[in-house]
Amino acid sequence: MFDPIPWLILSPLIWATLAFVQGPGRGGRLAVAGVALQLALAATLAQQIIAGGARVYAVGGWGAPLGIDLAADGLSAVMLLLTQAVALPLAFYARAYFAAHAAPLRYFWPLTGYLLAAMNALFLSADVFNIYVTLELLGLAAVGLVAVAGGAGPVSAAMRYLLATLLGSGAYLLGVALLYGVYGSVSLAALAPLIAADAPTAVSLAAALMLLGLMLKTALFPFHFWLPPAHGNAPAPVSALLSALVIKASFYLILRLWFDLFAPIASVTAAQFLGALGAGAVIWGSLLALRQTHLKMLVAYSTVAQVGYLFLIFPLATGAAAEVAASAWQGGALQAVAHGLAKAAMFAAAGAMIAATGRDEIAGLAGVATRLPLTLFTFVLAGMTIMGLPPSGGFSAKWLLLGAALASGQWWWIVVMLAGGLLSAAYVFKVLRQAFLPAEEAAHFKPLPRTLEWPAFLLALASLLLGLWASEMLNLLGAA
Amino acid sequence: MSLNETLPLLVLASSLLPGLIIFSLPEERHILRSLFNLAGATLKLLLIVYMLWGVLHGEEYVFRYTMLPGLDLLFVADALAMLFVTLSAALWFLTTLYAIGYLENSPHRSRFFGFFSLCVTATVGVAMAGNLFTFFIFYELLTLSTYPLVVHRGTEQAMRAGNVYLTYTLGGGALLLIGTVWLYGLAGQVEFTQGGVLAALGPEYAGQLQIVFFLLIAGLGVKAALVPLHGWLPQAMVAPAPVSALLHAVAVVKAGAFGIMRVVYEVYGVEFAHALSLLLPLAVAASVTIIWGSLRALFQDDLKRRLAFSTISQVSYIALGVALFGPVGTIGGVVHLVHQGIMKITLFFCAGNYAETLGIHKISEMDGVGRRMPWTTVAFTVGAFGMIGVPPLAGFISKWYLGLGALEAQMPWVLAVLLASSLLNAAYFLPILHRAWFRPRTETWPEEHIPMQKGRETAWLLLAPPLITAAATVLAGLFAASAISPLDWAKLIAAREYLRWVP
Repeated sequence: MFDPIPWLILSPLIWATLAFVQGPGRGGRLAVAGVALQLALAATLAQQIIAGGARVYAVGGWGAPLGIDLAADGLSAVMLLLTQAVALPLAFYARAYFAAHAAPLRYFWPLTGYLLAAMNALFLSADVFNIYVTLELLGLAAVGLVAVAGGAGPVSAAMRYLLATLLGSGAYLLGVALLYGVYGSVSLAALAPLIAADAPTAVSLAAALMLLGLMLKTALFPFHFWLPPAHGNAPAPVSALLSALVIKASFYLILRLWFDLFAPIASVTAAQFLGALGAGAVIWGSLLALRQTHLKMLVAYSTVAQVGYLFLIFPLATGAAAEVAASAWQGGALQAVAHGLAKAAMFAAAGAMIAATGRDEIAGLAGVATRLPLTLFTFVLAGMTIMGLPPSGGFSAKWLLLGAALASGQWWWIVVMLAGGLLSAAYVFKVLRQAFLPAEEAAHFKPLPRTLEWPAFLLALASLLLGLWASEMLNLLGAA
Repeated sequence: MSLNETLPLLVLASSLLPGLIIFSLPEERHILRSLFNLAGATLKLLLIVYMLWGVLHGEEYVFRYTMLPGLDLLFVADALAMLFVTLSAALWFLTTLYAIGYLENSPHRSRFFGFFSLCVTATVGVAMAGNLFTFFIFYELLTLSTYPLVVHRGTEQAMRAGNVYLTYTLGGGALLLIGTVWLYGLAGQVEFTQGGVLAALGPEYAGQLQIVFFLLIAGLGVKAALVPLHGWLPQAMVAPAPVSALLHAVAVVKAGAFGIMRVVYEVYGVEFAHALSLLLPLAVAASVTIIWGSLRALFQDDLKRRLAFSTISQVSYIALGVALFGPVGTIGGVVHLVHQGIMKITLFFCAGNYAETLGIHKISEMDGVGRRMPWTTVAFTVGAFGMIGVPPLAGFISKWYLGLGALEAQMPWVLAVLLASSLLNAAYFLPILHRAWFRPRTETWPEEHIPMQKGRETAWLLLAPPLITAAATVLAGLFAASAISPLDWAKLIAAREYLRWVP
């Protein structure tokens, strides 16, 4: 049987290196072909997992504990699919976006390739140290991408991001060291039964450090300070990649650690605390998004808010009945995917609007409804998922989370989710309202190539259709 | 998939697809656009006629798609659904004609007609929803697709109205969502079933069910403009006249009232709702709304604003009919869904004609308009008399059954409400008619857009729709006893909703 697992990591490494060799600003075509191949690989893997359950791949034929194991289950397959499905339209989009910009951005394609390789490797990793390596790679590639445009704003944002991401991986590595000290192993599969059998205080400390580091990387409130400048200042395709995918990678690890590794020592209090931080993110992020005057900053703060919903999984699924926990966990995963698709579409649409109007303030959007109907429509569709309106993927996610909250009697999370939904409607419509105003006399709209509008639209459409096909995704997610 | 499964989808697609195509049409292709609009509207009507015939003969049109485990998208064309579908499809056809005439040469027509079609799609979805979840989906889509219509003019006032509209409707949607999720948690998939489904739950759930009922009715009451949730409706009258017609008669307000019907009759079951003593509060809320809306209408000088307050009052007749325990009250409420629609759309069409032809927006400018625009004013008069409840017009039939229903439900105080409301209706409509017919014109018209030509007072496309709906108002009253009248259909529905009570 053909095994797609190693190729998912090798493919981006290969085309990234070739793009680097080809020279600055080139390699876009290769990247598109590579990502398309990866999408097919991820789909093959997903089918294999649905048919045959979770998979383990021993690199070079050497299994753990001597060699490195790669593993894929339903959750990894979902994240891999999401990554390639977001990256493919964005690759088309980026080609058009950078063609329109005077100075071709030098290292965009190589960095993107390394970013995708690191991310795919992360989703396939089966031990905590390997995860650290991929995290570090991912962080460095992402920082490079933020700084890729040059200039004072992006570079200082990138420095701040670098600091946050290094701090995060440092804390994580400390936790890994503690774990290794106690148990003498780093493999997830080997550690889980050991922790269940006996967990000294050092393990709790390790868990706290690892989670803290990952929370910093996920930009969970109150560690979100680095995200808006980094995502708001980067070029639009980069913002889309970072907001849709990169923060999901560290969130994926939190899920893995909490539910697989540290499940025996996870307490309800800690879960409620994580939920409270998530609630803070939902409210605070939405309020700040509402106050922004620049389009991309608004979208970036919306990411801060949407990340908050993801953390509602923990209080809803920890210590609850199996059925409630399953519903919460499915809702959270669905939210991660729906938000990934929608946020990529939203940033891409914002980038297209800014490219056309030449202004990045929300006030400069008047007339967009008439001149760029497709892009505005994209923004609306993506906004539906962000607001959690039916029949979008975001709505199905919210439905599952609300159901779990009601079933477990935790009404306070319901209040948070509804308030967050209404606040997000307020900031999405703040943009729409401006777009519907008649264009100013002096406004000048640059015509946009189709490849700058359609990829974003397809992403938004996918986030909407996800609501209708959610049961397929949940099938894959449940495949063990 | 069999034909009976596809038909509900086809009814949805017959406005969804033209809508999407129209979005992509360039602004100047107005003939092609009108063609798509009218073809879709006609096709929808034909499909519906076919389905009406089928429903009468016991056919079932059901489409089911599982979105998540235990969460189905379900369309069912039952008797109640068909009542609303027929109303909105027929009025949509007329409103489209009217809008083509009304918006001639105005900007952004592709956008307007695109959202117009989406709005009707959402309404038909609301009507055919077979469970609370599907209902909620289309209820929210309705909000989204009407917002661009409300702010269509892009003026500061329209934008403000749009904000108010969104705040109210999205807030209401949130309440409806909690209620729905809660019920799904308690009772699984809440499918609309004649006689209700919740009575099967034990008495220990009574408290929760009362809270859920409150949440659902509050969520639906926003669109149905129950006082104190009505604030958005008078603001939204800044939208163009065809949109007002749509909001008040075809889609939004009706969706709320229709939802209240579904919840009381087919989720709780009217007998169970009565047993939980939920009907009396609803009746009181509806009565307060009826009186308050009429009182506020008295003091408006802006014609469309007065009509808007009149809608607030009149739509609550439907909720009142629902809240009167007994089949006769039900008949009154259900039939008023149709009657209020045709009467109110007539009035809004006429108000649009006055504004578009002569620039008249205020009642104080209407002196002598009856002589300049006799046909429009005749239609307006029929609509107004219908609202007051003058026999033999449609509004009289509604009020008659509501009155009888009040006696049957042993709530005689409702009669006083009906009487007071009719007096107030007369008090705010008759002065308009007096001005229009009997006051002489002394000054020129505020802004005459369409001059008098060969005895034709305004454009044909503007004149025909109100005349047709006015004629329908007369016919629905005169032939109420015939087999194809709305009243007859309402009786069919009432007979099916009362399990033990069939008269």
